[in-house]
Amino acid sequence: MSFLGRSGFTFKNYTAFFTEPIYWLTFVRTAMYSILVTFIVLIIALPIAFFITKVVNLKIQGVLLVFLLVPFWVSELIRVYGWMILLRESGVLNHFLVGLGLFKQPTEMLYNDITMIMGLVYTSMLFMIIPIIGVMESLDDSLIEAAYDLGAKKIAIWREIIIPYSMPGIMSGSIIVFMLVLGSYLTPKLMGGKNSLWFTEQIYNQIITYFNWNQGAAFGFLLLVLSSLIIWVALKLTKQDFRKVIK
Amino acid sequence: MKIALSVKNISKKFGDFTAVNNVSFSVEDGKFFSILGPSGCGKTTLLRMIAGFLQPTNGTVEIDGKNMLGVDPNKRPVNLIFQNLALFPMMNVYGNIAFGLRRRGEKGKSVEEKVNSMLERVGLPDYGLKQIDQLSGGQKQRVAIARCLVLEPSALLLDEPLGALDAKLREHMKVELKKLQVAVGTTFVYITHDQSEAMVMSDYVAVMNAGHFEQLDTPQHLYSNPSSAFVAQFVGKNNKFIAKQRKDENGNFFAETADGHSFKLNRPVDFKDDNFIELYVRPEAIIINPKITKENFNILNVSVKTILFDGANSRLLVVPEDSKQELIVSLPQNKQFDYIKTKDKIKIGWDPDAAVCFNKTDGKIYEEL
Repeated sequence: MSFLGRSGFTFKNYTAFFTEPIYWLTFVRTAMYSILVTFIVLIIALPIAFFITKVVNLKIQGVLLVFLLVPFWVSELIRVYGWMILLRESGVLNHFLVGLGLFKQPTEMLYNDITMIMGLVYTSMLFMIIPIIGVMESLDDSLIEAAYDLGAKKIAIWREIIIPYSMPGIMSGSIIVFMLVLGSYLTPKLMGGKNSLWFTEQIYNQIITYFNWNQGAAFGFLLLVLSSLIIWVALKLTKQDFRKVIK
Repeated sequence: MKIALSVKNISKKFGDFTAVNNVSFSVEDGKFFSILGPSGCGKTTLLRMIAGFLQPTNGTVEIDGKNMLGVDPNKRPVNLIFQNLALFPMMNVYGNIAFGLRRRGEKGKSVEEKVNSMLERVGLPDYGLKQIDQLSGGQKQRVAIARCLVLEPSALLLDEPLGALDAKLREHMKVELKKLQVAVGTTFVYITHDQSEAMVMSDYVAVMNAGHFEQLDTPQHLYSNPSSAFVAQFVGKNNKFIAKQRKDENGNFFAETADGHSFKLNRPVDFKDDNFIELYVRPEAIIINPKITKENFNILNVSVKTILFDGANSRLLVVPEDSKQELIVSLPQNKQFDYIKTKDKIKIGWDPDAAVCFNKTDGKIYEEL
């Protein structure tokens, strides 16, 4: 379908993506933000996964995992609306901040990039933590102790032992989070501002607003190809084996 | 001689449980020192306090004369070899050995030279580029030791590193480890529950039980002069008699067993009338059909119940007349005793000097494995 135009077979739908800056710039923006979100999620997820697997005892470990899972029992839509109630101008957070006298008047915290990123980080956190926990659980405590005994400081232990060991989990978590964020529609739509146009919104516009199904199909296909390419480059850069990562 | 490691009145409590109770010892530079004890006696806790992973409740650890209180494991001049070796699987052999040097900030040529000369010393030249999972059990062992020795520690702590190996390799590594220790001259502190490992390799052995040292001695002394019933039972094999100690009119001591046998004692316990004692005689101290009719030799008529053939470790299981207690007697495989068959009646005897006795302790002091 993506190769069809008014006069039959054509590449026009694809060339439009590269010739119209609004299209490819949206994609670059979406991809950049997705990578950023993936990194933020990773940086938060690593200590959390370490805390759950290595620091606390088994009982608390179960409780913490349930706490992680509970928010995901309700749909993404409800969670995003939850954030909106908290953050909007007449929302709970503003009410408290003004009440405490920290703010003179309520400010709008929704509809900007920072809020959108925070929302995306929140909705995809679990998908990073779970695979990392899976790998970290098999990390032998004595490896950490041995590194400590051989003179390593905390940063060196993370850099040389924990992160290299958890790499398969980190990569599979990163792939899941990256794809989820790149393909998400609700969160950027509801929490992002007018300027935070997401590539999925472009596809939506093409198909629903302009009724240009062919262009929409082409964008959908491009999203798949380009995101796969980004993941392939990431795997090559970190020297990870794809088969090991998806295991 | 210089003292490499000195532990003074060290204790460790976990809640109400005392894992290590007021232990003191010191190890001279270059010696092989073993701590021998059954599982759960507190020996790993003691070692982890020396390495710095646990803080003692009381007492001090001194390494090279410096108090180590509050010094983190990564700053102590001792290195620990873990039970499972804990080699880093994400690095090759070279990376593992260079790890500690790099943490000290050493770079380039000097690291390369040290790692390569270390690999040569442990007999693994050209193994640098191998991955850890390509190595055999014995090679992993040597890499783990090399990884620590390259840092030139004041003492090397070993936490039952031979436990995971199969019997044949363990025998081999025992000798290997001792040779390596002699060659490098580093102080080794070795903990194990295997008495043979401790005896073969060590200059000094401390026998540990329920958090305290029972005896600290050379292996030979430990074997021939155990200072407590626990040591007598734990180190080597022993036959145990429960008896009453008696004194005759000439001042000689006797042990009288419940089934009416009487044995001369050369090393009696502090005498109280009618006190119960435990008499220990080693299987290898018992002589079969003794020709020596030394005056105070203990002779016993027994019948052979079973012959336990095990090469050089062959033993006879015998039962004395009018008794049900089984005794174990070493059976040398030098053709001399080949005539002995099951159910034969033979004589056994031992020199009273070779037997030791202690006051009877209540309850089981040590569960035989």
